[in-house]
Amino acid sequence: MTAQILYAFITVILGVGGCFGYFYGSNWLLDKTFPANANNDASAVRNLRIQANIRPWLFLGPALLLLTVYLIFPVIQTLWLSFHDRAGDKFVGFANYTWAFYDDQFRLSIFNNILWLAVVPALCTLMGLIIAVLTDRLWWGNLAKSLIFMPLAISFVGASVIWKFVYDYRGEGQQQIGILNAIVTYFGGDPQVWISLPFWNNFFLMAILVWIQTGFATVILAAALRGIPEDTLEAATIDGAGPFKIFYRIMVPQIYSTILVVWTTITVLVLKIFDIVLTMTNSQWNTSVLANLMFDWMFRGGGDFGRGAAIAIVIMVAVLPIMIWNIRQANAEQKGH
Amino acid sequence: MLKRFSLEPSRIALNLAVLFIIALWTFPTAGLLISSLRDKNDIAASGWWTALASADVNKKGRLKGMADQVEKDGKFTVSGNLFEGADAVSGKVSAYGTKVQAPGANAAGSAVTLDNGQTLQVNGDGSYVLSSPTAFTEESGGRVFYIASQPPRFTLENYQTVLFSEGIGRSFINSLTVTIPATIIPILIAAFAAYALAWMKLPFRGLIIAIIVGLLVVPLQMSLIPLLKLYNAAGTFMGVPSKTYLGVWLAHTGFGLPFAIYLLRSYIAGLPKDLIESAQIDGANDFKIFRRVVLPLCFPALASFAIFQFLWVWNDLLVAIVFLGSGPDQLVLTGKLNALLGSRGGNWEILTASAFVTIIVPLTVFFSLQRYFVRGLLAGSVKGG
Repeated sequence: MTAQILYAFITVILGVGGCFGYFYGSNWLLDKTFPANANNDASAVRNLRIQANIRPWLFLGPALLLLTVYLIFPVIQTLWLSFHDRAGDKFVGFANYTWAFYDDQFRLSIFNNILWLAVVPALCTLMGLIIAVLTDRLWWGNLAKSLIFMPLAISFVGASVIWKFVYDYRGEGQQQIGILNAIVTYFGGDPQVWISLPFWNNFFLMAILVWIQTGFATVILAAALRGIPEDTLEAATIDGAGPFKIFYRIMVPQIYSTILVVWTTITVLVLKIFDIVLTMTNSQWNTSVLANLMFDWMFRGGGDFGRGAAIAIVIMVAVLPIMIWNIRQANAEQKGH
Repeated sequence: MLKRFSLEPSRIALNLAVLFIIALWTFPTAGLLISSLRDKNDIAASGWWTALASADVNKKGRLKGMADQVEKDGKFTVSGNLFEGADAVSGKVSAYGTKVQAPGANAAGSAVTLDNGQTLQVNGDGSYVLSSPTAFTEESGGRVFYIASQPPRFTLENYQTVLFSEGIGRSFINSLTVTIPATIIPILIAAFAAYALAWMKLPFRGLIIAIIVGLLVVPLQMSLIPLLKLYNAAGTFMGVPSKTYLGVWLAHTGFGLPFAIYLLRSYIAGLPKDLIESAQIDGANDFKIFRRVVLPLCFPALASFAIFQFLWVWNDLLVAIVFLGSGPDQLVLTGKLNALLGSRGGNWEILTASAFVTIIVPLTVFFSLQRYFVRGLLAGSVKGG
């Protein structure tokens, strides 16, 4: 154990130190090679100009290199792979895409993804909105919000363990240790194997993501609610509007754009949902979604990079318009402030 | 202003509604925490929500025999305590009996006359007296069945097991080894790049910024195959293993960079122009300005990105299982937990304690640095990765 800690410590120091070393070293080298305090003015000015031309690239260099290797190159490569056969040797045109179109598993994954898209963003946003409005008027509202928000810090795997425990199933007559079955049997129902229940199991997986993401919606919407001018609310109250009318007619329209941002952000997340399905059901019992299908084709048994890449492209094409809209929205908001 | 304290029915309803939602949201985590602190037999035997109340368990014990009898006034007695002995439990006897079918036949503290004329009395604290008009002749006494109500029992045993013999402790260190550099390196690289893009003169600046923002949309999953191929090729070419810590740090750095640069650039670009210019007039070069002026000023933005990235890397499963090996020296916590879910799916004592070990770090970070986290989240709604 001690050796392991020591090894880890040294690794960390080397990794981080190397990075610091690059920036200090390269800038030091630049200053030494083209000294600004050279013996005559002419060369000093020249050196300064050279420094000004080189230094930005020293600053940007590592970032550009990493972005190229880790993002730009893979996008091009994936696109290329998606038009090639399983080993990536032969050009097959759109065959991988047409395969996907007729593949039952792919259709099921698309169907499940759409199911997720229809339920999770809406439910998270709605719950977030309700909680934000309710806690806004409580003196312990901030504490309440942090508790709702807490699951966001938990990994999907951790969350899966938590929820497996909630959904745990014991045979009829045995004492249930999963709380959901305990409640069901308490009210006289039969215990269910929730995560293999056809069709409905999808919703039990979605509940986990709703549990995680509602906090995100709550915090962002609560910040937006704070931004509503107090006098519009007061005016509405004086005009005799009830709390529900104020909510629908005054609050919601004013934070409409924030609601959309929350909605779309969660939508993007849902399109890429992977970990929950992997750890809860491992795509069994018809719960497969696109990212898991892609993972199976790439790394598990499937072994067909072309098909995996085609699915990756489908995910990216689905995500693209929403992300572009989101970034434009964020930029517009930044300019507005 | 809205009234914050009052006792109108609507206020009470509001409080109750929020309480209900919070209960709903914290219940699953509470279940995990409480279960992880319970005895492993208890976890499988009863729901965690029963752990806080005392539980009734059926037990059996054996009375002492002739060796311990005491004669007094022509009567023979054997006395002892049911809670002493090998499978001793603590608690309180609420009822007892001598037949296995009826362990609760007699209330504790009452005496009962047995078929053979002996009298038995078991008290709440487990002590018993068995008396007989004739001498005891048997080696050991009869069996007693009793219902003991046990106070809630909590133990750290599960944590000991997972940390030291299930490999969670080691994975914890692996996770730290991955997470710390994978948080610091992108901050450093992104901060330099963000400064260059915000304040330095360079060609194609607008184009570079546009590309970086565009890269926010790339789904992480897309990069995996090409990178894995690249890693394998590089590994073979240089004769080193393709799955290394360096590889996973760089992967996390690459995936985190677009968001980091995007976040930091908008912050650094918003710094007052005079500040940078006056430093330039003082003869400081950009490296110095960056270190002395910019870096300290953009601390809040750095902190929010750091927390965001830390949680992201710590909680990541996909990148870790693709770019790191599954041996004990490289398996991170999320990967370990995922493996345990498969192999020890029924061992709740292992799973719950392991899960809590994995979430304790993010929860600590979250509760102690919540302010920065929320700020990063507000900006982070555009993160693609």
